[in-house]
Amino acid sequence: MNYKDVVEAVCEIIIRAQTELPLDVVNAIRRAYESEESEIAKRNLEVILENIEIAKKSRLPICQDTGIPFFFVEIGRELSLDFDIKKAIIDAVRKQTPSILRPNAVHPLTRKNSGDNTGIGVPVVNTDVVEGDRLRIAYMPKGAGSENMSQLRMFLPMEADKIKKFVLETVARAMGMPCPPIIIGLGIGGSFDVSAKLAKKALLRSLDSMNEFELEILEAVNSLGIGPMGLGGKTTALAVLSELNHCHTASLPVAVNIQCWANRRAEVIL
Amino acid sequence: MIISTVDESILKLKAGDIVYVNGEILTARDKAHARAVEMLKAKQDLPFSFNRSIVYHCGPIISGNRVISAGPTTSERMSPYAPKILENVDLMVMIGKGGMSKEVVNAMKGKAVYLAFTGGAGAFAASKIKKIKGVFWEDLGMAEAVWVFEVENFGPCVVAIDSKGNNLYEQVEREVKARL
Repeated sequence: MNYKDVVEAVCEIIIRAQTELPLDVVNAIRRAYESEESEIAKRNLEVILENIEIAKKSRLPICQDTGIPFFFVEIGRELSLDFDIKKAIIDAVRKQTPSILRPNAVHPLTRKNSGDNTGIGVPVVNTDVVEGDRLRIAYMPKGAGSENMSQLRMFLPMEADKIKKFVLETVARAMGMPCPPIIIGLGIGGSFDVSAKLAKKALLRSLDSMNEFELEILEAVNSLGIGPMGLGGKTTALAVLSELNHCHTASLPVAVNIQCWANRRAEVIL
Repeated sequence: MIISTVDESILKLKAGDIVYVNGEILTARDKAHARAVEMLKAKQDLPFSFNRSIVYHCGPIISGNRVISAGPTTSERMSPYAPKILENVDLMVMIGKGGMSKEVVNAMKGKAVYLAFTGGAGAFAASKIKKIKGVFWEDLGMAEAVWVFEVENFGPCVVAIDSKGNNLYEQVEREVKARL
């Protein structure tokens, strides 16, 4: 494996994520379409499904908000790499802007756009060392409409029973703005920063992998009636996905990262 | 129903109606709204007109002379600016997603409607855009510039806020709060 292989592989997963929604997400939207009764909810989901088809067939970005690029890299400990993986990822992001990626990265204060989706800390690259001799790169673009609706709260240690309510309040505050039906990433434990990272990482999980705790919150969210695009209906969220971390005995950090229906992700193993 | 020109007939649209748009639309999002309001406050002329226009809250991806993805952006961010713009027009149509503030709904009375286009449907929306007719304020960048598009059968759009102040989002919000 060399530098060029990594650049090419990353270019490929960027195109795949931006133009093809993962099957578990598409299937969840199809099920939502079947279950909705109101005409407005059904029409919105119909447009979403048609949009997914057009994007896949024409290799066009599903949504014009192609997001800030997030990468989760797992490096096998037996691998020996004589090049900078982060630089290869940055190169790939630059290559795909603006042919597939809209330039979205700006300086936080001057608001000056870098023009190529890179900048201070962007793309965001998380790395982990794991067993084995493979390199695994997962890519998730994150749009701002949903990201802006996310929240974090430091609960008292014994307040775990308040987590569900916090999710409901966060979703009710967001209403139609994050493009429901949404996917809810829930990070529980760790610390202030770790809980937020867990909430984002949870969004990489399959929508078909929910446990009982997550399904219970999902049911409560969907009983709110916000519906597709906030115009009413049964489907406010497609999934609740959580990740846990041990935390200090004196704290309980909880982060809710909201994702739009366009839960774009793709990965490659080299 | 089809909207092709912005005239008094838009005042008859009712919240819940489903419409399609034909003709010319202007994109404008955060930076274009901020600049327009600054110029209006300074009594300067804009290089384009919001009067009797269809304003689309959108930051498209343009590749060459082609629109490749162009769904709506969150309209709420335009809420602080929209009343000043509405003050300066007789009639206007806005297209976006997620709805706008109470102040905007009030400023829209008797002159404007808000249409909701499905959020995230960027490729679908682009397929309804037939031509790029022009661009203003390109210095703001691709997403923030004001693009002039020729659209055909742009929709389905839901009349989410009508010119009498009926607001679908507010109705849903009331029900959601009661269930919380």
